[in-house]
Amino acid sequence: MFGEVALINRASKRGAFSGDLLTRSSRRLLAVASLLGLMATAACGSDTTAAPAPAGSPTAGGAVPAEALVVYSGRNENLIGPLLELFTEETGIEATPRYGDSAELAAQLLEEGDRTPASVFLSQDAGALGALEDAGRLETLDDADLDLVAPEFRSSEGQWVGVSGRARVLVYNPELVAEADLPDSVFDLTEPAYRGKVAFAPTNASFQAFVTGMRVTAGEERTREFLTAFQANEPQAYEKNGLIVDAVAAGEIPFGLTNHYYLYEKAAEAGGIEAFTARNHFFGGGDPGALINVAGVGVLDGKGDERSQAFVDFLLGETAQSYFAQETYEYPLTSGVETAAEGAPALDAIEGPDVDLSDLDSLAETLALLDEVGLT
Amino acid sequence: MTDLLNVPAREGNPLPGRRAVQGQAAARPGRRRGARPPMLLLVPACVTAAIALLPLVYLVVRAFEQGLGVVGDVLLRERTLRLLVRSLLLAGAVTTACLVIGVALAWLTIRSDLPARRFWLVVAALPLAVPTYVAGFAWISFFPQLAGPVGAFVVLTACSYPYVLLPVSAALRRMDPASEEVARSLGLSPWAAFRRATLPQLRPALAAGGLLVALYTLSDFGAVSIMRFDAFTRVIYTSYRASFDRTPAAVLSLLLVAVTVVLVWLEARSRGRASYSRVGGGGARDHGRVRLRAATLPALALVALVAGLALGVPAAALVYWSAVGTSGSLSLGALTSAAGTSLTFAALGAVATTVLAIPVGVLAARRGGRLPALLERASYVGYALPGIVVAFSLVFLSVRYAFPFYQRTPVLVLAYVVLFLPLAVGAVHVSAAQSPPALEEVARAAGARPLAVLRRVTLPLAAPGIAAGAVLVFLTVMKELPATLLLQPLGSATLASQVWTATGVAAYSAAAPYAAVLVLLSAVPTYLLGVRTGALDRRDR
Repeated sequence: MFGEVALINRASKRGAFSGDLLTRSSRRLLAVASLLGLMATAACGSDTTAAPAPAGSPTAGGAVPAEALVVYSGRNENLIGPLLELFTEETGIEATPRYGDSAELAAQLLEEGDRTPASVFLSQDAGALGALEDAGRLETLDDADLDLVAPEFRSSEGQWVGVSGRARVLVYNPELVAEADLPDSVFDLTEPAYRGKVAFAPTNASFQAFVTGMRVTAGEERTREFLTAFQANEPQAYEKNGLIVDAVAAGEIPFGLTNHYYLYEKAAEAGGIEAFTARNHFFGGGDPGALINVAGVGVLDGKGDERSQAFVDFLLGETAQSYFAQETYEYPLTSGVETAAEGAPALDAIEGPDVDLSDLDSLAETLALLDEVGLT
Repeated sequence: MTDLLNVPAREGNPLPGRRAVQGQAAARPGRRRGARPPMLLLVPACVTAAIALLPLVYLVVRAFEQGLGVVGDVLLRERTLRLLVRSLLLAGAVTTACLVIGVALAWLTIRSDLPARRFWLVVAALPLAVPTYVAGFAWISFFPQLAGPVGAFVVLTACSYPYVLLPVSAALRRMDPASEEVARSLGLSPWAAFRRATLPQLRPALAAGGLLVALYTLSDFGAVSIMRFDAFTRVIYTSYRASFDRTPAAVLSLLLVAVTVVLVWLEARSRGRASYSRVGGGGARDHGRVRLRAATLPALALVALVAGLALGVPAAALVYWSAVGTSGSLSLGALTSAAGTSLTFAALGAVATTVLAIPVGVLAARRGGRLPALLERASYVGYALPGIVVAFSLVFLSVRYAFPFYQRTPVLVLAYVVLFLPLAVGAVHVSAAQSPPALEEVARAAGARPLAVLRRVTLPLAAPGIAAGAVLVFLTVMKELPATLLLQPLGSATLASQVWTATGVAAYSAAAPYAAVLVLLSAVPTYLLGVRTGALDRRDR
């Protein structure tokens, strides 16, 4: 009872009923909270008044010019951002990108259905495009575009087309390995000579596509045998392909399974291929270790207007093809543009496995197999 | 004697002698059960709970669209159960480690005479500002051999022990010293007194912090993917990424929700029905400091080691990447713009989440009974789901029913609300529970209307705690990646998404400035959270 009386006295002295029960530190926190509130209000205000943003320039408000072409890109912003600016320069069409993981964007497109804001989808690999094609979410492309690219690098249904190619290679350190001692086939990497000497990136999509290609061409059993023996041969797992090339060039490990273009990127950073202590070895004779995969583009169902058409034309045109060749050292897929990868064989000289790239969408089975043999 | 020390007392305990010993919960009726919750709180609380449960609509639709057989197949896969067990073991290990580290650091920095303890408390809270994907890359670049369960354990523990440290140090600071003193005067050793008098009073803080850590571990993708630990979230991501089939992902997500329901129920049980408020706003007597004497150096070493590993490894990696890189051509404009966007989204997320959390938290603190408890527990559903699942839920729902807002700020903010509600609800609940209901009763007796009571008594008293909750949400939104990538307005970029962009091409030196600004901007609110726990209280100066 007395306690309550005392309480009321204390409370009224401190002004409980004028909303003033605050200590100093709580005032400070409240000040922060009100600041957050102010920022929030300001942001809401700017949301409605924001001016249209030019391509590639980030805004908080998310204002998109009504006539802009919305591009979902599974390829990196550092690569595609400048390309979209070139596209706008060349065609006068504004492009607004959304970047993400290729497969996640494909899932998002499936979830959005026909209300998707996207007109075109630029994918890191053929698998995600194949999934959209299977779901009937893509337009059939013009023959004029399709014919620019060799049949093995586009959809047999004509609903997506490759824009740049990459080959699987064995990168090696020439100071540690003589050219004559290089293996003829990726299957040789299970031999004792390679114990603990091969780097690979098990979580990388390109490695998984390589395994899928092996399953498709050499069969499940042969692939399981290879993976089991490969795992037993103590390969060294790396998080990223670029790190593999770094490790090989530094002499930490003699060999690495990776894509061809990482070598040229790293060599350019280090001041040229001559001084760089890593080289690419391309397997031949239809070896699964020489799989050629592509990044490609598709137009969303119902979005086949002239702006989408212009975008596909642009990607297959000389500007974009040269851009991919120069910036990424990938293989251009239309004739007349040369790869910038010094010393790399021509694309049609690589004897990769005979795979329909649309068949590389059985990734789930690949992952189950990798999980089974413990390569994760 | 055991009975005397059995604090906190069960609610409605009539023994006056017992109240005197506790120095807590004196002369108050506690939560009023039976009385109908006021509409003023109940209606908005139901709205909040409905928002939190939005992902369930999507998950149920997707999970069952191919029939019950598929659901059974997915659930009964050997891999599903194996990975669920692995993830639960990981969550158990991380939670245990976080509880031990959190209590040890909180006790050392609040209750001992550790040199520079205020500094250490703030430093020890700072890892909260480090995203798991940044910490993961940092750890694996210095210690590649950690890949696997050990690495996932280390990174998740280093990033999430502050979720225990902060509530426990706040509780230690506010706790009345009387019970421990009584225990000591009755002949218990300092350790026994801590264990039997203090630790039981920390139960709500431990349970709440532990639950947040456990659910965070279950839903995190960054650390486990970088450490290549095959965890449950990886199966969910894989089924989106590999098979483009959304049914297995939805079934597995529902399984995760079921696990969450069990964990939340366990937490509620362990918290018990005790009441923990003091009368008066901040009147707890200061504790004496325990002298560490010969243990001072080992204690210092422990605190420095934890903070050094949790903060030092990511910081060293950021500095190293910035120094060695050739891939960085930093545009200051892009950096500022991304920082502005991050701050805006985080501020909007914090404000919206906190406003929606207030009715749920106050109701749960003030009213017993099933409904308020149920509404509060509903808020945990989104927190336990991986960000990508919540994001796809909102893609599905907003494309169909709120198309004008799809890929606009409102839907993104809604995703943050769904993902991070419990951080704010917990803060509101705890701080409202600690302010005495007697003051509200007095105000009502003096004729104030319910809204006025809420506005002029309940909220001001709970304000510091509520603000701390808002800051916690703010920090977490700053780090959020998967939902931001899918739902942010077209053409916008945040610090987190720029870090993701740069690491996607292994351009760590280009990622470093964005990650560094992200951590530094988050350090300011983390510091304020440290202030909130009383580490820099005026009394100490």
